[in-house]
Amino acid sequence: MKAKHQRLVLVAIALVALIGAGLLAAWALRNQASYFYVPSDIVTKPPEPGRAVRLGGMVEKGSLKTAPDGVTIAFIVGDGKARVPVRFSGIVPSLFTEGSGVVAEGRLAPGGTFVADTLLAKHDEKYVPRELQAMTEAQKRKAVADTK
Amino acid sequence: MSDPLNKSARWALWLPLGLFGVFVALVALGLLRPASRDVPSAMIGKPMPDFALAPVVAGHPGLAKADLTDGNPRLVNVFASWCVPCAVEAPQLAQLKAAGAEIDGVAIRDRGEDVAAFLARNGDPFTRIGDDRVSAVQLAIGSAGVPETFVVDGKGTIRYQHIGDIRPEDAPMLLEKLAEAGR
Amino acid sequence: MIAEFGLAALWFAAALAALQMAAGWLALRPQGAGMAAVVRPIAVVQGLLAAIAFAALIAVFCRTDLSVKLVAENSHSMKPLLYKFAGAWGNHEGSMLLWVTVMGIAGGFVALVERRLPEPTVLATLAAQAFVSLGFYVFLLFASNPFARLVPAPPEGNGLNPLLQDPGLAFHPPTLYFGYVGLSVAFSFAVGALLTREVGPAFARAMRPWVLGAWIFLTLGITAGSFWAYYELGWGGWWFWDPVENASLMPWLAATALLHSSSVLAARNALRAWTVMLGVVAFSMSMVGTFLVRSGILTSVHAFAVDPTRGTFILALLAINIGGALALFAMRAGTVTEGERFSVSSREAALVFNNVMLSCVLGIVLVGTLYPLFAESLGAKVSVGPPYFNPMSAVFVIPMLMVLAVGPLLRWRRDAFGRVAKRLLAPWFVALGVGAVLVGRGGIGLLPLAGMALGAGVIVASVLPLAERNLRRTPLPVWGMVTAHFGVGVALIGMGSDSAFTIEKLVAARVGETVAAGPWQIRLAQVEPIAGPNWTAFEAQLQARYGGGGTVTLKPQARSFWAPPQQTSESALHTRWNGQLYTVLGEQTDDGRWQLRLWWKPFVMLIWWGGALIALGGLLALIGRVLADLKRIAARHKIAYRRERQGR
Repeated sequence: MKAKHQRLVLVAIALVALIGAGLLAAWALRNQASYFYVPSDIVTKPPEPGRAVRLGGMVEKGSLKTAPDGVTIAFIVGDGKARVPVRFSGIVPSLFTEGSGVVAEGRLAPGGTFVADTLLAKHDEKYVPRELQAMTEAQKRKAVADTK
Repeated sequence: MSDPLNKSARWALWLPLGLFGVFVALVALGLLRPASRDVPSAMIGKPMPDFALAPVVAGHPGLAKADLTDGNPRLVNVFASWCVPCAVEAPQLAQLKAAGAEIDGVAIRDRGEDVAAFLARNGDPFTRIGDDRVSAVQLAIGSAGVPETFVVDGKGTIRYQHIGDIRPEDAPMLLEKLAEAGR
Repeated sequence: MIAEFGLAALWFAAALAALQMAAGWLALRPQGAGMAAVVRPIAVVQGLLAAIAFAALIAVFCRTDLSVKLVAENSHSMKPLLYKFAGAWGNHEGSMLLWVTVMGIAGGFVALVERRLPEPTVLATLAAQAFVSLGFYVFLLFASNPFARLVPAPPEGNGLNPLLQDPGLAFHPPTLYFGYVGLSVAFSFAVGALLTREVGPAFARAMRPWVLGAWIFLTLGITAGSFWAYYELGWGGWWFWDPVENASLMPWLAATALLHSSSVLAARNALRAWTVMLGVVAFSMSMVGTFLVRSGILTSVHAFAVDPTRGTFILALLAINIGGALALFAMRAGTVTEGERFSVSSREAALVFNNVMLSCVLGIVLVGTLYPLFAESLGAKVSVGPPYFNPMSAVFVIPMLMVLAVGPLLRWRRDAFGRVAKRLLAPWFVALGVGAVLVGRGGIGLLPLAGMALGAGVIVASVLPLAERNLRRTPLPVWGMVTAHFGVGVALIGMGSDSAFTIEKLVAARVGETVAAGPWQIRLAQVEPIAGPNWTAFEAQLQARYGGGGTVTLKPQARSFWAPPQQTSESALHTRWNGQLYTVLGEQTDDGRWQLRLWWKPFVMLIWWGGALIALGGLLALIGRVLADLKRIAARHKIAYRRERQGR
């Protein structure tokens, strides 16, 4: 093919591929991005059960219970307005404690319990959630802010 | 080289710059939105929560809500022995104390002997110091890091939250806030 | 004193960078021809001065000079010397200083050795390099001074984050930095070539060793970082699509595409505009990555300096450097003349496909990394993780792997697929066979299955180029290509196997109890308290037996540091030929049992062995090219000498 044509064809292929990738990405993000909920949101506008989401708030004092298997815990996450029961199996991060803030990654089970796959606690050097900064004032007072 | 075929190829050459411009705009928006530092503290006007902290070091009683409602305004300083800016603001705390301010401390995630060493090195402006091992009180009053200093009035209400170390230029302002809280 | 000396050196280096840029620019104009001679020496001295400044920083860290603010904030007199040394770059300011040092030294090296390109192009390249460095120098000197003093000096430092007290992690940043900043040379060459309209094979040949070198370091850095995260974080995973991880992956993707593209340009004089574009994009990705990590704009496992002012500064640098280069590209690329043509079934076409696929993956990762930011500006708070990145990357990686099998076998310029189809029977057969076996076994997800089947196919396909050659005469670069592609296959098998065959056990066990995890029997023999230089811990002793074999002992710990206070878990690993046993100790329950998390991960080490092979392939290619260059220079000298002797 002519030289000019070849360059045009190459550019066209590249554009089509990149635009296609972009559209695919947009579609995938809509379905696969994990939204952040505070307990009030979960109670009023719950996500579909099974969809991966994140839940953030304060661990209610006195709510932490360990199951007989020794590795599963149940606790309640609240934001001053609503409370959500959470279940987690695993080794809890250091600095996870009642009265402190937490972000749980997981899904809402049909019964209303949030099943967490990962827990991220305040001052956890592994992850400092920024979402909690932008909570409403009441939530901010009770929930955890980002640190230095 | 300006026949129609090549025109669209030329147009495509500006695409990367365009996309980059979108990226910069997006990110600039994200950066230049007011950072949390600039948002006025949500704690102003709210009462201190109920709490009672044990003493952490000899010579200083612990700190409880009751101590903050005795009618006298004071500064509550959240600090730790392992926090470098806390050492940096020590002269300013001493200056405030010399000017008549009463300063109570909340020592977070610390050990008695380390706090004692810190006070011996940097001076001791504190009347009371509470042992906040797990940062429970720190979080309850809306503090996110160290050091932070709160102006609390005689009824236990938070009147001002100063985030970060107290620079020399901040000291007069804090004294003024303290005076306001006393009225 | 040392700190002030370092700061002075930094100022001088910055001044020289400004001079280098001005002199280089002037030298390109007809009136400024006299400036040409000074540009190269200035570049060399600038590099040396930057190195001196960095040496000064290392010195104050090793001496734990607590009157330097950076040392007080990041070090501690009780830290072992190795970590004091590494502490110099384990923070924002120090790592920025490392950045300009590597840029300066790289520029100096180009100034010393690059003789192939026309002189104006080299000068333009050095000017561009100085321009980019200058931005970072200004940032350092005015917003991130590593040598700032702290008065009064505290008696003790703040202590390095205990998570960073690890030999692998101590050396992971410099490796990545050599990679990121090595790409700056490719960027400068691209800008220089665009400015002097010299986009051709000579430009590609000049740029290629730098791209290769940077790419090797990036590959090693990413591989090492992944391995560190795997054994240090205690989560059993090896890649989390964390923004900082993505920040290192994106330049790597661009650099891989650039590597292949510049090889085509050097050998066949095709893909000119493409190569120049990728040269700009690769370093742009380095800068974007730096920005993302340092501005605090995205949350991450290890965000450095969460500081919007710094972020704004870097964004400005980004806008100027990348925006300028992209604008230059848009204006000049149209005048880059067409290279050689090639047909659809040719090696060039296969490499174009490879480039397009890599660019798509780069786009996918970039979009996924930035999407949370975009969503937040619209009020939604989201996070994007493996459910997006894994399948989306696979969409483009799978076709790319299939073409990887075919590409090296095709001839340049024009070939026929039919000719090579027979040779491809072997890899296809192996891939389908492995796939069938895995499907038969059942219970394996689509992606891991594809990964393992394709990995096996790629392993076979990668050695095919050697099949009809005289192995002793095969040039090193070909061995490099074979090794690197072989490594890709190996890594894929490791990834797929880890995903498909990992067995996990989460239990609370009493001392003396035995737990089964896959083929292992693991007995919790005891848990005892122990102490280290700046930590205390509970250490468990696990006696593990594989099948009916002998016992190995693993000792995972749950550690508490005190400056700053933090708890970490030190996992204990045992490696066999067919996998790793990964053990983590948790807390003690109220009734005296101990939480244990145990994984048996078959063939997971292949992931990092694969990465190492890929880097090794690059190294072989680099050595081959450098040797070839040296031979050519020697031959030229010999011919010139002979001509002189013969009086010609």
